[in-house]
Amino acid sequence: MKQENTIMENQLFRPLDLKKKIRPGESVIQALLFIAGFLSIFITLAIVYELGKEAWLFFGNPDVTFAKFFGTTEWSPGIGKYGIWPLVTSTLITSTIAIFVSLPLGLAVALFLSEYASPKARSALKPILEILAGIPTVVYGYFALLFMTPLLQSIFGKQTVEVYNMASAGLVMGIMILPLISSMSEDALSAVPRALREGAYAMGATKFETSIQVVLPAALSGIGAALIIGISRAVGETMIVAIAAGSGPNFTFNPFKAAETMTGHIARISGGDLSYNSIDYTSLFAIALMLFLVTLILNLISQGIINKFRQRYE
Amino acid sequence: MENIQTPEIAIETKNLFIFYGSFAAVSEVNMKIEKQKVTAIIGPSGCGKSTLIRAFNRMNDFVPSSYVTGEILLQGQNLYGRDIDPVEVRRKIGMVFQKPNPFPKSIYENIAWGANINGFKGNMDELVEQSLRGAALWDEVKDKLKKSAYELSGGQQQRLCIARTIAIQPEIILMDEPASALDPISTLRIEELMQELKKNYTIIIVTHNMQQAARVSDYTAMMMLEKDGSRSGTVIEFSETKKIFTNPKDKRTEDYVTGRFG
Repeated sequence: MKQENTIMENQLFRPLDLKKKIRPGESVIQALLFIAGFLSIFITLAIVYELGKEAWLFFGNPDVTFAKFFGTTEWSPGIGKYGIWPLVTSTLITSTIAIFVSLPLGLAVALFLSEYASPKARSALKPILEILAGIPTVVYGYFALLFMTPLLQSIFGKQTVEVYNMASAGLVMGIMILPLISSMSEDALSAVPRALREGAYAMGATKFETSIQVVLPAALSGIGAALIIGISRAVGETMIVAIAAGSGPNFTFNPFKAAETMTGHIARISGGDLSYNSIDYTSLFAIALMLFLVTLILNLISQGIINKFRQRYE
Repeated sequence: MENIQTPEIAIETKNLFIFYGSFAAVSEVNMKIEKQKVTAIIGPSGCGKSTLIRAFNRMNDFVPSSYVTGEILLQGQNLYGRDIDPVEVRRKIGMVFQKPNPFPKSIYENIAWGANINGFKGNMDELVEQSLRGAALWDEVKDKLKKSAYELSGGQQQRLCIARTIAIQPEIILMDEPASALDPISTLRIEELMQELKKNYTIIIVTHNMQQAARVSDYTAMMMLEKDGSRSGTVIEFSETKKIFTNPKDKRTEDYVTGRFG
């Protein structure tokens, strides 16, 4: 041992020098990472600024007041109706339906893949989910209109279910989000240490008890992240609702009725003939700002819920 | 517990082989493990100690391609019999792992959970207190039962894992190097605890630490790879700890316990 040490000292190590060294690679990487971080924040702020600037023009219109914007329930800026609520409620309704479809289903798929499936079943199922994630939303839109709506009509009757309705758009949106939720949740579940599962099994827990009561709570923060992204995706989804949920703002809480969402409205109006600085034009930015706000609030709420659980469970 | 005068057998292996695929990780183990004693399994790394101890509560079931031939008998029932439910086996044979693995729940829930899934109907507060006292942890945690188990130190977490195991009243407690991730003081507390626990439970412990085996166990099983080069581990000597450490029959045991191995 003694001899080996002297050999290593003599041949491998430089003479003692503790002075600061310049490491260009480190600085370059650090600078690149900083630029990347800065850019993403800067772009976000730039978008908010642009939205805010145009929305400012809308709210600067003497005819538009916050009281009208938040206090009335009819939206038609061209004829002086400035109530945002019909667009917000339909967005919330379609998104809620989508989350109610995709969260339980996505979690079930994730649990199956991470806890139950044999490697064989997993390798067969995952590509199918990825295909689901790769379908263009316009296809989903027509799927909602031409498959889901007739299906709902055959169940609930043609009188109840309108041709364009929020339910079919929401349900199909749920299917669209499903792979996102399931694959993110599966990652979170798989990341739960094996030791935790073994601990549960060693207590005489069944597979189901282990999965639901030990693995799932331990993966909650990752599943929460999946939920947040799922919500953002649902709120921001445009094509499906534009095709299947109906055109024209409609203040209703009946999911079988047609009602235009914020995104659907922006898509339709901006596709038409618009003159710059008209009230219709600036109103779109107000809606976009509202959309931004709704997403932000929903994210904060879900983040809050997750944090509450995380504090309790970790 | 019944008659203590004649040595009672808690669990017994008969011609036990444990395979991973076609590879026999452990071969031909015949052990009679006495009730309310501490039995240590020692041996060099990779000789199948963990594989063997995990066979006692069917934890190896989770390794695909693993299977067992021979028998492990608990009160006359073969744990690997066709009609045996591994979940029921694990309810009777608890396990404490190398790294403390409390559940991401409160200290209270860590203990209550196992009791709950095992159908405990009595007074849960009492059970939690008893179990924590049994694991010599009560005084340290009685004021923070609702706090997360992750706020405890490693040694405390390990005692919590012991507490949750005794809360389900197993027959046997398996310990797979329970102190190897702990500091010397925590290790000492676990060792003291084992002496308490063996009044009510049969304990089987895997350890790397020969001094620990000498200190805590009544019986010691010495495991070693087979001489034939098959890389398969087996128990080469199994007797009272005193004998293993002072008067081993097998030359390899002697070399190992005196530190002349390899």
